[in-house]
Amino acid sequence: MPTLTYRDALNQALREEMQRDPDVFLMGEEVGVYQGAYKVSRGLLEEFGPNRVVDTPITELGFAGVGVGAAMVGLRPIIEFMTWNFALLAIDQLVNSAAKMRYMSGGQVGVPIVFRGPSGSALQLAAQHSQSFESMYANIPGLKVVMPATPADAKGLLKSAIRDDDPIVFMEGEMLYNVKGEVPEGEYTLPIGVADIKRPGEHVTLVCHAKTVAIALKAAQQLEADGISAEVIDLRTIRPLDTAAIFESVGKTHRCVVVEEGWPFAGVGAQVVDEIQREVFDELDGPVLRVTGADVPMPYNKRLEKAAKVDADKVVDAVRKVTYTANS
Amino acid sequence: MATKVLMEALSPTMEEGRLVEWKKKEGDTVSAGDVLAEVETDKAVMDLVARAGGTLLKQLVTAGTTVPVAEVVAVIGQPGEEVAVEKPAGAKAAAPAPVAPPAPAAQVAAPAAPAPSAAPQTAPAPRPSERIKASPLARKIATERGVDLALVQGSGPDGRIVIKDLESARSGRVAPTAAPAAGAAVAMAPGEAYRDVPLSQIRKTIAKRLVQSIGPVPTFYLTTEVDMERVWDAREALNAGGRKGAEGESPKISFNDIVIKAVASALRQHPACNAWWQEDHIRYWNEVHVSMAVAVEEGLITPVIRYTDQKTLRQISLESRDLAARARERRLTPNEYSGGTFSVSNLGMFDIDQFTAVINPPEAGILAVGTIEQKAVVHEGALVPRRRMRITMSCDHRVIDGATGAAFLRTLKTMLENPLALVW
Repeated sequence: MPTLTYRDALNQALREEMQRDPDVFLMGEEVGVYQGAYKVSRGLLEEFGPNRVVDTPITELGFAGVGVGAAMVGLRPIIEFMTWNFALLAIDQLVNSAAKMRYMSGGQVGVPIVFRGPSGSALQLAAQHSQSFESMYANIPGLKVVMPATPADAKGLLKSAIRDDDPIVFMEGEMLYNVKGEVPEGEYTLPIGVADIKRPGEHVTLVCHAKTVAIALKAAQQLEADGISAEVIDLRTIRPLDTAAIFESVGKTHRCVVVEEGWPFAGVGAQVVDEIQREVFDELDGPVLRVTGADVPMPYNKRLEKAAKVDADKVVDAVRKVTYTANS
Repeated sequence: MATKVLMEALSPTMEEGRLVEWKKKEGDTVSAGDVLAEVETDKAVMDLVARAGGTLLKQLVTAGTTVPVAEVVAVIGQPGEEVAVEKPAGAKAAAPAPVAPPAPAAQVAAPAAPAPSAAPQTAPAPRPSERIKASPLARKIATERGVDLALVQGSGPDGRIVIKDLESARSGRVAPTAAPAAGAAVAMAPGEAYRDVPLSQIRKTIAKRLVQSIGPVPTFYLTTEVDMERVWDAREALNAGGRKGAEGESPKISFNDIVIKAVASALRQHPACNAWWQEDHIRYWNEVHVSMAVAVEEGLITPVIRYTDQKTLRQISLESRDLAARARERRLTPNEYSGGTFSVSNLGMFDIDQFTAVINPPEAGILAVGTIEQKAVVHEGALVPRRRMRITMSCDHRVIDGATGAAFLRTLKTMLENPLALVW
């Protein structure tokens, strides 16, 4: 199996789907001539031409709306946002048009569209460009929110997202584009709404997604040295949420820590904790704790930024609390 | 260098202890090993000993306070040394004894005119029950294995029982219920209607085990036979003259009146039997209000003779007649048939030798009175006919232990056999 970067796995998915289905087209800022701000669309303009790889002005609301309209009349647009921070300008099209059209047309008009782009913080991009909005979009009935953590998942999930008949918020990790991993060649799809056990374990379940999967895996490694075996569950899809996988794991480990990059209030973890306490209360041997980004606009200052971000040490601390193995 | 004295885990399952009594005063010189205080654990009363010598600088809790294990209760150091220790946060002082009218008063009180902006009146809250902290999983597994969580030491935060604490606990390996202590003295300050006593650890365990065993009111029965010759004579004498008083012609005093009077007097001496089970505490009444079971057409009702112990036989007789008559006419008001502290049920008139009566919760005891009949008994060395009466007390074991009930019954028997004591 070839080893690809996350970026190239996405590129492969785009290329394969555009080859497979002539209705698929890519539109966004700098996706064509510049080959993408993060080079995800490298080579696509050359291969598919300017009708299917469309450079847009800096008008997020406008091209998101064009995409929704195109989807409503039967095309399969992929709208690239340079980052999800910029998509805030387009949110009306996502929430009020894409998410609701199937419902408001009585099922007559679906919106098979993928909105994609990098999400989350990178390094010192400061308050306006270091944000994780998955909980916000996952809050909207009608939107599916997909967040791959590995190159293989990126390929398999993007291909499925493009084929899905409903609008998909596809959030890539800005810090994940260079991550390498084995990626199956050719036709490879992953079902949307299915979590993945990235590491089996016995004593605690770490629920995570996207960039925090690597953090959870690192924490699990640290914990292993102390005899604590952590199971790492990568949600892969925030909505629909694979609660069955979470419940099964918590039923085995009886302890859980939910890790996410975003802010704590009403975050993805809040929903996960709610599901767990409601459905598998009697399996819990302790409270379910969350590790989240700090509840502040992301500081620009390097040390403050580090302090505000999730890291493996914070995950380890939370695990020690729920396993009653805290050192203090 | 001051040394903190901690509430120690004096039994394997102890989560908290009630400091029963300080054995050293502030300012006393103590050496390591000296007994500082007596502490009641979930199993027994044990000594809390000094781990360091010096002067007992400060007692941080008063006697009667329940303190979680590992909280600081005192400080030992050098005289004059500054101590900066806060009162243990988890300490729960014994519930204050609120002075309140008997419960029924509230039922008949007319609604008071709403006082604008008045703070809502809060009833004297009983001490919150000491819930066992356990993880949901630990609770589930404990239920499956039949483990009593009260007997498991929790290792989690605030003593939370987590699954690993149960790993050693096995089904059935619960500590046996300790032998019931004989009637604990229930001291009552004058002027108090009742005193609420928090459940001691042993009381809690007894209550829990007994309820599991035989039902919501774990009852046991004590029977004794009373020689009624003297009561018989006394009653004849009392009724012989007939008597007029402010209330008019006195009715004849019944045996039941005498029994009620004797019960009230005996309860005065045994406040441990004059009590209400209140789930998280026991209310020991300082007032004696005897309920008497009266058969009425569609069942039975228990009107209450208030302050029974303070009333004369004649008053009791008048009142019981009035209450019984109005009970049959269904003309009792709710406050007249609630708020009793102990009940008497008499089936003697139906020639019943003896029976057991059902406790009238929250009261903790009821006396079932049988008929008086002549029996051949050995009296002063000779086989003679004597009038005898069998009485059976039903006791709520959560409140009254065997020895406590027996002591009460012995006093009652002595009183009935020496009825002059009743008019003393």
